[in-house]
Amino acid sequence: MRALPVGDSGLLVEVSTGEEAQALHAELLRRRAEGSLAVREIVPAARTVLLDSLDDPVRWASELTASEVPPAPPRAREVIELPVRYDGPDLAEVAAHWRVPEREVARIHAATEFTVAFCGFAPGFGYLTGLPACLDVPRRATPRTAVPAGAVALAGPYTGVYPRSSPGGWQLIGTTDAVLWDHARVPAALLSPGARVRFVPVGDV
Amino acid sequence: MTDRALVVVRAGALTTVQDRGRPGHAHLGVPRSGALDAPAAALVNRLVGNPPDAAVLETTLDGCALRPRSTVTVAVAGAPCPVTVGGRPAAWGGPVVVPAGVVLEVGRAVAGVRSYVAVNGGVAVEPVLGSRSTDLLSGLGPAPLTDGAVLTLGAAAGPHARVDVAPQPSPPAELVLRVTPGPRDDWFTPRAVRDLTARTYRVSSASNRIGLRTEGPALERARPGELPSEGMVLGAVQVPPDGRPVIFLADHPTTGGYPVVAVVRAADLPAAAQAVPGTPVRFVAVRRR
Repeated sequence: MRALPVGDSGLLVEVSTGEEAQALHAELLRRRAEGSLAVREIVPAARTVLLDSLDDPVRWASELTASEVPPAPPRAREVIELPVRYDGPDLAEVAAHWRVPEREVARIHAATEFTVAFCGFAPGFGYLTGLPACLDVPRRATPRTAVPAGAVALAGPYTGVYPRSSPGGWQLIGTTDAVLWDHARVPAALLSPGARVRFVPVGDV
Repeated sequence: MTDRALVVVRAGALTTVQDRGRPGHAHLGVPRSGALDAPAAALVNRLVGNPPDAAVLETTLDGCALRPRSTVTVAVAGAPCPVTVGGRPAAWGGPVVVPAGVVLEVGRAVAGVRSYVAVNGGVAVEPVLGSRSTDLLSGLGPAPLTDGAVLTLGAAAGPHARVDVAPQPSPPAELVLRVTPGPRDDWFTPRAVRDLTARTYRVSSASNRIGLRTEGPALERARPGELPSEGMVLGAVQVPPDGRPVIFLADHPTTGGYPVVAVVRAADLPAAAQAVPGTPVRFVAVRRR
């Protein structure tokens, strides 16, 4: 692990893979819960975990640099099911990238179990991993100015669901009625890092 | 019965409700938000006897006008501006009584960008994740003020401060930002890292609550492409493909893929919030504490 200083009180801890980042994130959450890590924000991302506003960044930098990546945490028991209609305007383009017939995109996607690797972009927007690397797709050359709320989309190795209407460059493959973000609900975010997710087709597939 | 509310007579270019923000939710993609010039927001709260976490109004360049439905104590600070009550000049930077039905005019800033308006009792809009702040990136919190809107006020807390005018720093003629290098300074050429601290930038008019954008020499990259998304901090100096540094302010995105060449000391960010477009910006490298 590499620990890069971020300002006076932050550390960006870098590992080699997304799986390692998820394991490190789980371990850092455990240490905060047991009281041995005093930090305001623990922000997992693709290959890093950011510790923002850390009590003793110098000590943590040397401790984390000297230690091995922790083993993967036990998986969450609950699987969050998101109802989906595979009716997105980019299905044909994704099918072309995957070199499969269009109907196969829905079948493959719905047969995959996803994990929320991290969140970002908008409140409640999760970056879901689970598809094999050979099914990575590029972002659209020209982003859309408005992607509707509930759009199920692909970019790079990730699947995401737009919590609200916003501009976006991901490939749209479907729509869900699940409410990804509701600040009046506890918890406000339906998906948080580490959660298991399945897409369940509704209607015709 | 008193009707503790403010009627917005003139919303101004961009006036938002702000408090100390909602840190602690970055892992869900929620920006921290909160007043950009936090010391000015704390000062106006203190002047009217509010607790430090009461919600205030943050104006942008041209102020706002408000009519309270009951008599209130207010204070205006941050960017210096003319203040009038019922057309008569009143104090900037000190407690001012505004009688029920009389208009408080917070004028155009004569220097700086953002004036702060506290009302005793605080603005009592519904909190979201523990904060009343408007977050312009993600749309959380109340919408920016509009003409004719009515803002409910909380119950008055303590007595107002016994001062006429409180001392405050002036908006900067030159913005000096102390930075510590990294975490991604190795994504730039050694010359670019030197350029950042040796050359002068200027505040761009495209700046907002998300980031202070700059104009100046483009920083040359040693590596092409984007990083896999990583967590971003307040004060991060992110460099997009055009090479011009952007300093992340309170509504910044929680993750991003453009490299962060350096991080600005938190103590220097209130001045960044008050730097008008065109202000010279100088980055000064400092050692990590």
